[in-house]
Amino acid sequence: MLLSVEDLERSFGGVRALDGAALQVKPGEVHGLIGPNGAGKTTLLNVVSGLFRPTRGRIVMGGERIDGMPPYRIAALGITRTYQNIRLFPGLSALENVMVGAHLVRRGDTFRRLFFLPSARADEARAREAAMRLLARVGLADRAHHLVSALSYGDQRRVEIARALASAPRLVLLDEPTAGMNAAEVQAVAAVIRQVASEGQSVVLVEHNVQLVMSVSDRITVLNFGKVIAHGEPRHVASHPEVIAAYLGSEA
Amino acid sequence: MPGFLLAYQSLLAFIGLNGLLALSVYCTLCCGQLSLANAGFMAIGAYTGALLTQNAHAPFPLALLAGALLPALVAVPLGLPVLRLRGVFLAIATIGFGEVVRLSFVNWSYTNGALGLVAIPRKTDLWMIWVALAAVMFGLARLRGSRAGYALEAIREDEAAARTMGIPSTQYKVAMFVLGAAIAGLAGVLEAHLTYMVSPGGYGFSRAVDMLVYAVVGGDTIFYGPVAGAAFLTVLPEALRGAGRALGLAPGPLRLFLNGAILLAVILFLPNGIVSLPRTLRALRLRRASRAALG
Repeated sequence: MLLSVEDLERSFGGVRALDGAALQVKPGEVHGLIGPNGAGKTTLLNVVSGLFRPTRGRIVMGGERIDGMPPYRIAALGITRTYQNIRLFPGLSALENVMVGAHLVRRGDTFRRLFFLPSARADEARAREAAMRLLARVGLADRAHHLVSALSYGDQRRVEIARALASAPRLVLLDEPTAGMNAAEVQAVAAVIRQVASEGQSVVLVEHNVQLVMSVSDRITVLNFGKVIAHGEPRHVASHPEVIAAYLGSEA
Repeated sequence: MPGFLLAYQSLLAFIGLNGLLALSVYCTLCCGQLSLANAGFMAIGAYTGALLTQNAHAPFPLALLAGALLPALVAVPLGLPVLRLRGVFLAIATIGFGEVVRLSFVNWSYTNGALGLVAIPRKTDLWMIWVALAAVMFGLARLRGSRAGYALEAIREDEAAARTMGIPSTQYKVAMFVLGAAIAGLAGVLEAHLTYMVSPGGYGFSRAVDMLVYAVVGGDTIFYGPVAGAAFLTVLPEALRGAGRALGLAPGPLRLFLNGAILLAVILFLPNGIVSLPRTLRALRLRRASRAALG
């Protein structure tokens, strides 16, 4: 297992957003994370990426315990993410946003730049090219120099995906990456997700578009009220009675 | 020396000094931190330098070095806890630090308490101030576009998101706080050896606010903004001296009134400072042109 989340609990006041949740992600797989509104999907991503501390439980990434670590160390261990409520750096261009995402794979160059060393210039050019390639991969090469605040909703989500991929993470957490996109854009994002997984990186995909999750995921975990109610292959999960009940809201 | 330089020597010196002070505030502003500690750091630098040259007869370069290093050393243990505070709480904590520094000097008999040190040897030449300013501007210009430069911009825009990109934001914030302290201390030594004196009253709250106003009026998103703001607000009272006399106003109140009015106007109409004026005008013209084209 690349990422192993066990018995995770996180409460806000009296509300248990996560109540013993678990998640197992293998290397190179797309893992769908679904559930009704308020099931705890985003909270789970927030705890895994270190924005919230868990109140109980363990998170192990590549053999190392990461629960309670600060977010920048978790990122350094290879977990990056996108946000449901887009959190780009609004004053920067699309390209600059992706360059920030490359922080972990860029060498420090402040002192080399003070002396105009050629290696610093070469590093910068390489980082810029890598960022451009990522923007091209998500279909935004022509908008690289636009301020992200001037981009459409769907474009902003794609910049976020490029930014999350810029440090070559072992695991990317995508929080509703296709919200607000049209069908063609959704297909393009699905292709990017499959391609990322085919290169050995893992993806955790939180998504309301059930059709997309079913078609793109290798395995799926279903949360409801902070607990796992089903997990396994998409076919198995789709026919699980508790999942159907949770989605239809019946008392089955 | 040409006549112009001679006539405006002290004005040029203060433009340079205020530029340095504005840049010291910019160091923290550029990563989104509102710190008002720099008058305190300036005081530590000024007293350190003045005591070294006056009492120990140390060479001036050594005084400059010590006056920059000591505030930087103080900034490390101060920055680590206070930079965890956000927004207005950081401002309040750093005002508190400035007052502690000022009151310490008021109550320290070794430095003559509230009277301060006088008859400091004159060691500062105009060129030193401008070389220091140029060096700091060069460093900040090269920081832009570096890995650290991108990290600082990211922290300013959204610190939590920056941290999930692997950016250790506290380290960056403390580093810039320390750099700002060193620059303020250096400016303090230079000023002390230009005006022959230091006294605690010169490093109070209003001094800290002055530096902040230079940076905000000039523009705190790019390294030359604070320098432009400092130059503008330093030259303005001189330029208006004649106008004030004609209106029968004392220069002091007129300066304060104008500074306040300019600050308000900049915050309302030019949130990125006076250096963004050309860009804002261009955008305005474009909008007007497109509106005319649409009828």
